[in-house]
Amino acid sequence: MAARPVVEARGIHKHFGAHHVLKGVDLVLAERELAFVIGPSGSGKSTLLRCLNRLEEPSSGSVMVDGVDMLDARTDLNHARQRVGMVFQSFNLYPHMTALGNVTLALRKVAGKSSAEADALGQSALARVGLADRAGHTPGQLSGGQQQRVAIARAIALEPRVMLFDEPTSALDPELVGSVLAVMRDLRQSGMAMVVVSHEMGFARNAADRVLFMDQGLIVEEGTPAQIFESPAQERTRAFIGQIQKH
Amino acid sequence: MTNWDRFLETFFNAKMMARYLPDILQGALVTIQIAGLVIVCGLLLGLALALLRSIGLRPLNLLIVFVVDLFRALPPLVIIVFIYFGLPASGVKNWGFIATWLSLTFVLMAFSEEIFWAGITSIPKGQWEAARSTGLSFGQTLINVVLPQALRLTIPPLTNRTIAITKGTALASVVAVGEILGMASSAVSNSYNPSPLTMAAIGYLILFLPLVVFGRWLETRMAWKR
Ligand SMILES: Nc1ncnc2c1ncn2[C@@H]1O[C@H](COP(=O)(O)OP(=O)(O)O)[C@@H](O)[C@H]1O
Ligand SMILES: [Mg+2]
Repeated sequence: MAARPVVEARGIHKHFGAHHVLKGVDLVLAERELAFVIGPSGSGKSTLLRCLNRLEEPSSGSVMVDGVDMLDARTDLNHARQRVGMVFQSFNLYPHMTALGNVTLALRKVAGKSSAEADALGQSALARVGLADRAGHTPGQLSGGQQQRVAIARAIALEPRVMLFDEPTSALDPELVGSVLAVMRDLRQSGMAMVVVSHEMGFARNAADRVLFMDQGLIVEEGTPAQIFESPAQERTRAFIGQIQKH
Repeated sequence: MTNWDRFLETFFNAKMMARYLPDILQGALVTIQIAGLVIVCGLLLGLALALLRSIGLRPLNLLIVFVVDLFRALPPLVIIVFIYFGLPASGVKNWGFIATWLSLTFVLMAFSEEIFWAGITSIPKGQWEAARSTGLSFGQTLINVVLPQALRLTIPPLTNRTIAITKGTALASVVAVGEILGMASSAVSNSYNPSPLTMAAIGYLILFLPLVVFGRWLETRMAWKR
């Protein structure tokens, strides 16, 4: 018998007014699995991720994370969100706090840790992303790559069951991308379940279990990286892959 | 007597100044009381309204905007006179003082609400999303993430506006409150010499110049570094 999936989203629809952005998307993620999502801009990738932690309210469908019904009114959403880490394209660090302050805020306010406990957990999260020596720096004093790693530390400090990455390296200068991907690779090796929206095909090839191609609010095709990148079944997938490989 | 002597005799008459100094000091005390009450109450109410407005309840927000626009549109003196003569409580002890305090408090509340609100809405949506995604509630996000950044942005305009409105304490002289200007005016009409007014001007400078300098200092210190 297969273990319970970490994420089980079924039949997700999302409307923004008259705009039908997700048209019945299923996403099931097993323990330790990394699903890599590609697709043209506007195809609904971000919206799908944001439905998983209910930053966006799905119009219909169901979302279970670690067996918890995220859409049930009786679910303590703030508590459940600790189980779903999210990393944004624009980092979204709190500019008025140090790196450590960014990481410990939710530990103190949501997880109910004492300041001393939170500081210890925060320090070890920063160490995991290679920034133990930057704990006292504010975001303004850090490079983009370092800021994004602090953002990753902020999420993993809460010990989530799954991490969602929404184009984590798209805002970075090319020379800073590697340090963030390295941290993501480490996370993957530690067994974290991950959903990654990104254009980093190299990372997908050697870290993804599955690649999902989205277009116009639907998952058009999914398979192993080799299947999707080398021999896609769908014409739309082939066209998209061809397009990004030209760059 | 030269013109210069006559000028000094008129505006810097030492005998008159000595005679009315106690009155002016007493007036300064009243000015400080009204100003302090107005600043504390006005800013707290303004912040409270801005926080209420951030909850985003349509009817409540319409009401807040209406009240705020009302008090921003009316001249403070009109509000003072209206409350002083218009409300049935006239006859209450210190009613002029209370009317001035309430009026200026409402005016500062209205202007500061707009400034606080502008600060809150200027914080990028990503800050809310990052905080909420880690499980912080709406209120926790507002208090720990949004307000600290918003307040920093609001301090310069808030300081200027607070000074401008607090100077309105001089309007209290119209409703028989013995603050600096009130004391000085009655001293002038009793003594037929404008020297008390000179003292009043100096009194205002002593009270407000430090505030203005403080505001300027805050403005440079709070320049946002990212
Ligand atoms: N808050 C919103 N309000 C209205 N339309 C939105 C909103 N968020 C996203 N959309 C629309 O939904 C579509 C999908 O957006 P998104 O999920 O961000 O796509 P992707 O991440 O794949 O580029 C786009 O057409 C976008 O304009
Ligand atoms: Mg997107």
